[in-house]
Amino acid sequence: MSILGTRVVRTEDPRLLTAGGTYTDDLRLPELAGALRVTFVRSPVAHAGITAIDTGAALAAPGVAAVLTAADLAGLPPAGDQPVTEPLLASGRVRYVGEPVAIVLTEDGYQGEDAAELVSVDYEPLTPVAGVDTALAGQSLLFPGTSSNVVGSGGQPAPAGAFGGCDVVVGRTFPNQRVAPVPLEVRAAAARWANGRLTLWASTQNAQQARDAVAAALGLDQPAVRVVTPDVGGGFGAKIATDRDTTAVAWAARQVGRPVRWVETRHENLLGMVHGRAQQHTIRIGGTRDGRILAYHLDIVQDCGAYPRFGLFLPTLTQLMASGVYDLPYCGSSYQVVVTNTTPVSAYRGAGRPEATAAIERAVDLFAAEIGMDPAEVRRRNLIPAEAFPYTTPGGAVYDTGRYEAALDKVLAAAGYPELRAEQARRRERGDVAQLGIGLSCYVEITAGDYSGGETSRLMVDSTGAATVYAGSSPHGQGHQTAFAMLVSAELGIPMDRITVRHGDTDEVPRGVGTYGSRSLQLGGSAVHQAAQDVRDQARGLAAKMLEASEADLELDVSHGTWMVRGDPDTALGWAAVAGQAGPGGLVADVDFRPASPTFPFGAHLAVVQVDTETGRVTLLRHVTVDDAGRVLNPVLAEGQRHGGIAQGVAQALLEEVRYDADGNPLTGTLADYAAITATGLPSFELVEMETPTTVNPLGVKGIGEAGTIGATPAALNAVVDAVAHLGIRHIDMPATPLRVWTAINEARARS
Amino acid sequence: MTVNGADVAADVEDRTLLVHFLREVAGLTATNVGCDTTSCGACTVLLDGESVKSCTVLAAQADGHDVVTAEGLAGPDGELHPVQRAFRAEHGLQCGFCTPGMVLAAVSLLRENPQPTEEQVRTGLEGNLCRCTGYHNIVRAVLTAAKDMAAEPAEVAR
Repeated sequence: MSILGTRVVRTEDPRLLTAGGTYTDDLRLPELAGALRVTFVRSPVAHAGITAIDTGAALAAPGVAAVLTAADLAGLPPAGDQPVTEPLLASGRVRYVGEPVAIVLTEDGYQGEDAAELVSVDYEPLTPVAGVDTALAGQSLLFPGTSSNVVGSGGQPAPAGAFGGCDVVVGRTFPNQRVAPVPLEVRAAAARWANGRLTLWASTQNAQQARDAVAAALGLDQPAVRVVTPDVGGGFGAKIATDRDTTAVAWAARQVGRPVRWVETRHENLLGMVHGRAQQHTIRIGGTRDGRILAYHLDIVQDCGAYPRFGLFLPTLTQLMASGVYDLPYCGSSYQVVVTNTTPVSAYRGAGRPEATAAIERAVDLFAAEIGMDPAEVRRRNLIPAEAFPYTTPGGAVYDTGRYEAALDKVLAAAGYPELRAEQARRRERGDVAQLGIGLSCYVEITAGDYSGGETSRLMVDSTGAATVYAGSSPHGQGHQTAFAMLVSAELGIPMDRITVRHGDTDEVPRGVGTYGSRSLQLGGSAVHQAAQDVRDQARGLAAKMLEASEADLELDVSHGTWMVRGDPDTALGWAAVAGQAGPGGLVADVDFRPASPTFPFGAHLAVVQVDTETGRVTLLRHVTVDDAGRVLNPVLAEGQRHGGIAQGVAQALLEEVRYDADGNPLTGTLADYAAITATGLPSFELVEMETPTTVNPLGVKGIGEAGTIGATPAALNAVVDAVAHLGIRHIDMPATPLRVWTAINEARARS
Repeated sequence: MTVNGADVAADVEDRTLLVHFLREVAGLTATNVGCDTTSCGACTVLLDGESVKSCTVLAAQADGHDVVTAEGLAGPDGELHPVQRAFRAEHGLQCGFCTPGMVLAAVSLLRENPQPTEEQVRTGLEGNLCRCTGYHNIVRAVLTAAKDMAAEPAEVAR
């Protein structure tokens, strides 16, 4: 029996459970001996000109080796195209609270915090731009030389007549609020220069892209930079490549001529690391009274924060997935991207796709409420049928495989949908304080959206019979070591404990793309799989020569990892013997796997909540999901990704929100203020299995890292609204906090 | 103080936090720092057998006391503590950053309440954030550990 598809516990875990991982701030390397500690001086105001910086008092403080400001940046390449540029340290103007203004280098970390307080910066206040409406009004501009705060736009308004045949049209504007990724490990880096070459240790999701970004920012040739990724304590998109803070750490080490290390505080992390989502949606949905949706339009205003990073592109992913799982005669979208005096926005688990799903799944419920039809039935009547695949959407996506109605049926059956509705009816009839809400979402998403970049793998089998995988994709908790070793073991019969997986050091793995967008198994895993097949083919030739047999007569006994003449165990040769014949390097295969298209996982989520109608408190009672991401390599890992995704999705629906006041001051700058979800906020999840393979890659797999998040948010929010729908409530903005729910209930009661 | 059974002594600044003492002086880096408001629990250690957040204890306060970190939980022969074993078996960790603190919080929880319900486990771990697992498998792991430890009571002593 193949190891593929079986529940293999992780080989990563014994080390993480005993010694703990080696995260960037845990490094105790001789190369970093005597490293100075980096402390950033960050802007305390959202929008201001910098008129003077006095570093004198800081320089005189104990342990201070240097204080660096924008004045020291001379000689670096331009920081982007004028007039919208993002320098390493604020130059003349600050645009968000938390923006790096200066760097203090000290012998130890406590001294750094003391000295940073002594850097005196004179700020000349400018009118802050907080919120997309203020940004669009354009009274205050972030970048001199521009005429508006709009930095991107696209799409078309709905054409005249798009909603013409509809009996019913519903429209609404609501936020997909800004949230913080909150990886448990904050950002951290260490840097050392030797002989003109930089070594940068950084907590990143992809060392190779980090190397390229840092080289470009510092004006270096790529070979002059080595990036090493130690263990990474979570990323969720926010640690893709690198950012200005990390690059500034590398630069600071060059400026002072000593190794340096940096780990931020959580407060800095909540202000300085990218945020996610931050879209405002205006939806319009129309159809017939018998439940057929005929037209849907989504208009997006993306708040990309103070500087356009990946936030500039998020709405295009939202547009691509706007029509969701539905076969719609008309679906269109349009967007604008604005800059505001807030933390920059970038990828966060799902990156543009959760927003698309949240919008259309809320819209479908609004439509269902308007026509008075069960939301499950409305969905069923509009799903893309199984026989329609591959299916090209109005947005131009080509969905590879899907069984959307089967997913919906499975989740309804597993949840006991009719009984839930009956219980809801009983509670409504009795007028219970604790009302029940049932929320659905059907989703499809795109994974390996940047499939064309592919992923690399090198596999070596040495003369001891051990295998080493050099993977272009490095993990931050996903379990690559286990997954990739399983793929090699399944193909070659080499035991798991004789397979090493290496990644994340650009000298060892110069070419690679990384872990994001739910791409690692389908691209990186396929590369490992093909490398194993290549090694197997090479070994067949060698073994044939050794056994003086024809290749066609040879077989590999995968259960023992031995080559033999078919049916003759006496001829068995182990991997050590065969690889020993391959020359000093052993057997080697290099694969750059590039599929022809991305993949489109799908599923259905059903959330059951209880709402206390006196306090507005929401309790998630159950969360039932079908998440079909094609073949499952290791259910343990796939379930773990679903669990984590569901939690983050529910958290956005019910709890989490990065908030600013009207002056751009952050109100959620600590974990005491930002409501990261805890164990008490969640139930155990009910996962339903479903596997619809893709033909896009040899493993038949799609991505599973983000699916849970994408499905969970609208299901949970729809459940909250459903719980109070009988009071005349059609919508509540996310997050559905007790205050928001309580307010909605009171307003509804006042109306009736 | 003793850390994982060994004496550790050093002169440090009076403001030195226990977590920094463990990481920078004792050289034990399994104990992580995840926040600055005592919210996340990544720095949880056992102080005289009870879980504390070592970011909110001064090193000086631990003077003369007994500290156990994740490095000190397994047996001398490297045998995993039942809670560590259960975390592995139930996939109760992904990136591993919250894990040392989470495991120690669970050990402390099970000492106080050897047979907790799921709800009691969730309440007991409310002060420890995990961003990867959605807590599902962490809760499973703690319940499994409780069952295992009841079956092998000798383990509880450790």
